[in-house]
Amino acid sequence: MSGTYLGMPSFPEAAKEAVHNVTLRANLRHATHTIRDKRALAVAELADWAELREAGKQIKDHTLRYLDRYLEQLETAVTEAGGTVHWAADAAEANRIVAGLVKATGEREVVKVKSMATQEIGLNEALEAEGISAYETDLAELIVQLGDDRPSHILVPAIHRNRGEIRDIFQDRMGSWGRPAPDGLSDNPTELAEAARLHLREKFLRAKVGISGANFMVAETGTLVVFESEGNGRMCLTLPETLISVVGIEKVVPSWRDLEVFLQTLPRSSTAERMNPYTSMWTGTADADGPQSFHLVLLDNGRTNALADEVGRQALRCIRCSACLNVCPVYERAGGHAYGSVYPGPIGAILSPQLRGIQSEIDASLPYASSLCGACYEVCPVAIDIPEVLVHLREKVADQGGKGHRLEKAAIKAAGWVLDHPAALAAGERAASRTRRLHPRKLPGAGAWTADRELPELPAESFRDWWKRNRT
Amino acid sequence: MSAGPHSRTSSRDRILARVRSAVAAAPEAPVPTRDYLTTHTPDDPAAVLDLLHENLADYRAVVHRTTADELPLLLMRLLAYRGSATVLVPPGLPPEWLSAADATRIHDRSVSTAQELDAVDSVVTGCALAIAETGTIVLDAGPGQGRRRITLIPDHHICVVRVPDQVVASVPQAMPRLDPTRPLTWISGPSATSDIELDRVEGVHGPRTLEVVLLQG
Repeated sequence: MSGTYLGMPSFPEAAKEAVHNVTLRANLRHATHTIRDKRALAVAELADWAELREAGKQIKDHTLRYLDRYLEQLETAVTEAGGTVHWAADAAEANRIVAGLVKATGEREVVKVKSMATQEIGLNEALEAEGISAYETDLAELIVQLGDDRPSHILVPAIHRNRGEIRDIFQDRMGSWGRPAPDGLSDNPTELAEAARLHLREKFLRAKVGISGANFMVAETGTLVVFESEGNGRMCLTLPETLISVVGIEKVVPSWRDLEVFLQTLPRSSTAERMNPYTSMWTGTADADGPQSFHLVLLDNGRTNALADEVGRQALRCIRCSACLNVCPVYERAGGHAYGSVYPGPIGAILSPQLRGIQSEIDASLPYASSLCGACYEVCPVAIDIPEVLVHLREKVADQGGKGHRLEKAAIKAAGWVLDHPAALAAGERAASRTRRLHPRKLPGAGAWTADRELPELPAESFRDWWKRNRT
Repeated sequence: MSAGPHSRTSSRDRILARVRSAVAAAPEAPVPTRDYLTTHTPDDPAAVLDLLHENLADYRAVVHRTTADELPLLLMRLLAYRGSATVLVPPGLPPEWLSAADATRIHDRSVSTAQELDAVDSVVTGCALAIAETGTIVLDAGPGQGRRRITLIPDHHICVVRVPDQVVASVPQAMPRLDPTRPLTWISGPSATSDIELDRVEGVHGPRTLEVVLLQG
């Protein structure tokens, strides 16, 4: 992960700051509610949504089961189509390969289409260390990059910024990256988009090297697919002489026909559109059309760890639509930064601890960044049972031990004994009811739980006593 | 390159070995079932065409319907209305389409730079097919369409769809008709962004105006 995420505090700490930021909460609430309502309409248009969801889930599960075979088939197909395939076990290796490829072209700047995988490995920072400037060209990524900020949403990385903040960032920072913002720039979205168009166009038209990710790779044909809206993707994928795509190994699908499922489910789940404005598909290199040199870097970086976990591996079905973020009550209030990863929200809470392990404070806290309400599972177009994986990961974190978990284990053990001894339970309940006025408002040792919650009031009489009085 | 052939090979083998051991104990996964629909639209060419028209317009493409006889005049009018002095012409575009247009024809040669194409006002192309349910046109860089860059750089794109042979109802109907070995560009409405407070703004980097001509007969 990118260096900016190192040393992140645990989720509850990071979230506490975010929930007190009124602007942030307003920006997030507006955005998530707008998009979730639109998405519901887009999905309702398809009578066979449940069947598409099931097919998507099965295609992904089938692929993951035979991933070795499909990756080898993909490698052969891409190579036969004129591309070169590289394999990267971790972030450092992927960055080394990409930097080497860029240097071999003699260029010192690259244009990038938004890619989660390259954010995950911190590619921009790695290239900068090698003296190579990487320009993000997705409007939201540009806002994040110019603002020296971190993305906070999978699909709309600058969702936490409103138009006024974006205007200020453009005015202050565009000039130091290239063409400055026009004088008197207002906060009107059309004007802001125009400023981005002018600023980036000079970079697109002179770029010799493009870097992308991919939404899908087809093993059968060697085809890569990028979904986008603005045309920055098309610019990066077609104008440069060299194209380098860094893609997680889980993004492969077996057949060309499989795309028909995701072409229907991804746009409706992500931007709530019948189809996103632009989708580019390319297979190796084409005669005199687009980059004449194409490199595919296949990235593991923890994915095989997730694959080895029989409950957790379903997270690798994720097609990065972000529907789970937009319905999540926790994401809506805490915002994307609190998750300390390029993958925020419910999917991030199960993906990051699997990719990175649960040793760090932030990763150990992520499985708890949920109320387990299940809304994320309902909207997921590939039916990832996120609550199931969260509970499974909580178990792993608890097994790992730590102060809180030792207390919790002792309490559960004691409760287990009491529940096995009905007479002790009845006596305890009776005693608790009679002494209820003396009980503290906060439980000693459970401050994290009771700080924001009222303890339930004990009834004046236990249920057993009431039953005895009324029914026997 | 710092990663030599040796280290590449070993990472490849290492990743594949990790994959194999990760799924070794997993149950076999069956061939996926496909119980979804192949179309959501009645099998009626007129209804499919109306749906295409409606969905293209919904995503703010400007839609025209015309016949072969009237196409040259329509294209002339659209270019003139826009004030286009120059128009990019793919090598295989039927010459009669632009027979009435006044705009100077520009050809995309191998030596033309992106900057030169940036100065062109409009581009006119055909397509591989159009999908009614999603309001999408698909280009496959065939002779009437040219390289991908010519429909990207100019700010105004006119795309001609032959009705009915280039119109399909749904995405599943489109897939078998497309050749994945060709570069494919799926276009649904003009370039747009929703990155600023989720307000949809047309036109960031691709053509800000997309006109689709449904050519009947």
